[in-house]
Amino acid sequence: MSRIGVAFDKARADGRAVLVGCMPAGFPTVEGSIAAMTAMVEAGVDVIEVEIPYSDPVMDGPVIQKASDIALAGGVRTADTLRIIEAVAATGAPVVTMTYWNPIEQYGVDAFARDLAAAGGTGLITPDLIPDEAGEWLAASDAHGLDRTFLVSPSSTDARLRMTVEHCRGFVYATAIMGVTGARSQTSDAAPVLVSRLREVTELPVGVGLGVGTGAQAATVAGYADGVIVGSALIRRLLEAPDLDAGLAALRTLSAELAEGVRNPTR
Amino acid sequence: MSADVSTPAERFPDSAGHFGRFGGRFVPEALVAALDELDAVYRKAMTDEEFLAEFAALLRDYAGTPSLLYSAERFSAKVGARVLLKREDLNHTGAHKVRNVLGQALLTRRMGKRRVIAETGAGQHGVAAATAAALFDLECVVYMGEVDTERQALNVARMRMLGATVVPVTTGSRTLKDAMNEAMRDWVANVDDTHYLIGTAAGPHPFPEMVRDFVRGIGDEARQQCLDLTGGLPDAVLACVGGGSNALGIFHAFVPDTEVRLYGFEAGGEGVDTDRHAASITGGSAGVLHGARTYVLQNADGQTIESHSISAGLDYPGVGPEHAWLHDTGRARYQPVTDREAMAAFELLCRTEGIIPAIESAHALAGVVQVAPQLAAELGREPVLVVNLSGRGDKDVHTAGEYFGILDKEQ
Repeated sequence: MSRIGVAFDKARADGRAVLVGCMPAGFPTVEGSIAAMTAMVEAGVDVIEVEIPYSDPVMDGPVIQKASDIALAGGVRTADTLRIIEAVAATGAPVVTMTYWNPIEQYGVDAFARDLAAAGGTGLITPDLIPDEAGEWLAASDAHGLDRTFLVSPSSTDARLRMTVEHCRGFVYATAIMGVTGARSQTSDAAPVLVSRLREVTELPVGVGLGVGTGAQAATVAGYADGVIVGSALIRRLLEAPDLDAGLAALRTLSAELAEGVRNPTR
Repeated sequence: MSADVSTPAERFPDSAGHFGRFGGRFVPEALVAALDELDAVYRKAMTDEEFLAEFAALLRDYAGTPSLLYSAERFSAKVGARVLLKREDLNHTGAHKVRNVLGQALLTRRMGKRRVIAETGAGQHGVAAATAAALFDLECVVYMGEVDTERQALNVARMRMLGATVVPVTTGSRTLKDAMNEAMRDWVANVDDTHYLIGTAAGPHPFPEMVRDFVRGIGDEARQQCLDLTGGLPDAVLACVGGGSNALGIFHAFVPDTEVRLYGFEAGGEGVDTDRHAASITGGSAGVLHGARTYVLQNADGQTIESHSISAGLDYPGVGPEHAWLHDTGRARYQPVTDREAMAAFELLCRTEGIIPAIESAHALAGVVQVAPQLAAELGREPVLVVNLSGRGDKDVHTAGEYFGILDKEQ
């Protein structure tokens, strides 16, 4: 079983959900992003999702766009992302990579899978790669023992849910709303429905993302999902802080609040 | 129409939208249901007599097609070829794009959607989309890079006059590619009641195939008009290529006519050997952008590089996937045309024919200058060239006026 699978099993045994925290690689700098992700782990985030910054992130809202732009303007390269993954994996927390497809295609799909596995990454979340187009990635992830997390959406048909989970390994990513990333004031009504539809077709753990930003929201989502995925709310703590130290402190506070939330699921 | 000869021997793309290794769907899962719905409605429409009759009537009575094929004698004499201009510049709204928006607006109505969104660079597609939305009583939101809203204030006003909401996009490079990103984000969030009226033959399947089919009348008409006018097929068909809809529109009918050469002219900007151009095929590499695999301007990490062209309509770092495939198969040839070459051809057409072309279309005219001597030598006679004059130059008068230094100071 993959290291992600182990983390989900352990949380399930403890009667809680896994907390997945997302941060773009190289934001605000390469070293700063390693410090941020380490702080998140120390404050109770179970799984770190490292997003490879991309020039045209169509699934991301303004917060992640801005953080990605800052990372790219700072000159972060795909090779730096692998270095960051290696450093964060050394904390002992499982590290999953979130990436748009073109950076992987340009690096070389098999080469990236090989180097990601060597860096200690567990697999990829692919927001703009659907299984229909993923032949090369299916082969490379098999060859290098990596997990594959494809996204499902409230608009996915039953047939597509079945097809998509057949191609997933590790966990499935359920997008809670029809929209892009970014914290929202209310949790989604569509997400519990989507998760129960997934339960009909898979035993895989289900992580829910998009729009979660507070401990209370994390507790609500933990009531029906196996994983709670938080990105924009965490990243905003760094974006809005006057300096890195203040940002890291704010990041720790929110991480701890979210970690408390996933431990107290609202059922 | 000549359906017997314009139907290619094998169907392209395949049923998943692949043109060889290009095309496909690189999109969030959230959009797949909407793309499947669009594909189904579009396929049904293309064999539905009622839809086809309605589309044909709109093209004739509203858009003013078929457009003329005009033998440009004085321009021909200057370039050493018999040049036949496909006068898409005379269509309502001033370009070939009206064909695409009318087709997609009809489909929007069939899907029961009440809102359309569009991206625009110079504003031409935004104006066309706003026009169709007014005609079909649809809500219309146009995303436009902030840089472009400043450069093209007149078109912003035009869209607003037609009842559209123009949203300036302030992310990334604040130009066309970012407007497209923002339109995709809107679509993901509002896909239930909204159709994304893409302006060119790019994006995820079925857009490239569908947009091509809505504009293919350009080539169907031109092929018949050329037969009627000259008694034969042309030696070559020429068009400018940004996203590539006008070129595919005129190429499509000629693809099975293997003796007819197809030429696409990309925006070479300050030269493809500089970092200021928009030539995705001749100066880029294969990658994934905006939902499809195609040729892209990108760095070694797959980050999109900003494009440059004097023509806002060609200023885009990707190209429709069918062009990538026509390039790989060798069926069409792609060459860059610099800003300077395009503006020289722009001036030549103004002065010899009294026609002010869009700067986009001037790239195809400059292409005539590039290929005419070599074709004449090859054929041993004056070549016959059909050129897509895809749009008129009213929108470019300020840019051209500045370029040629003919504006009075206060202008």
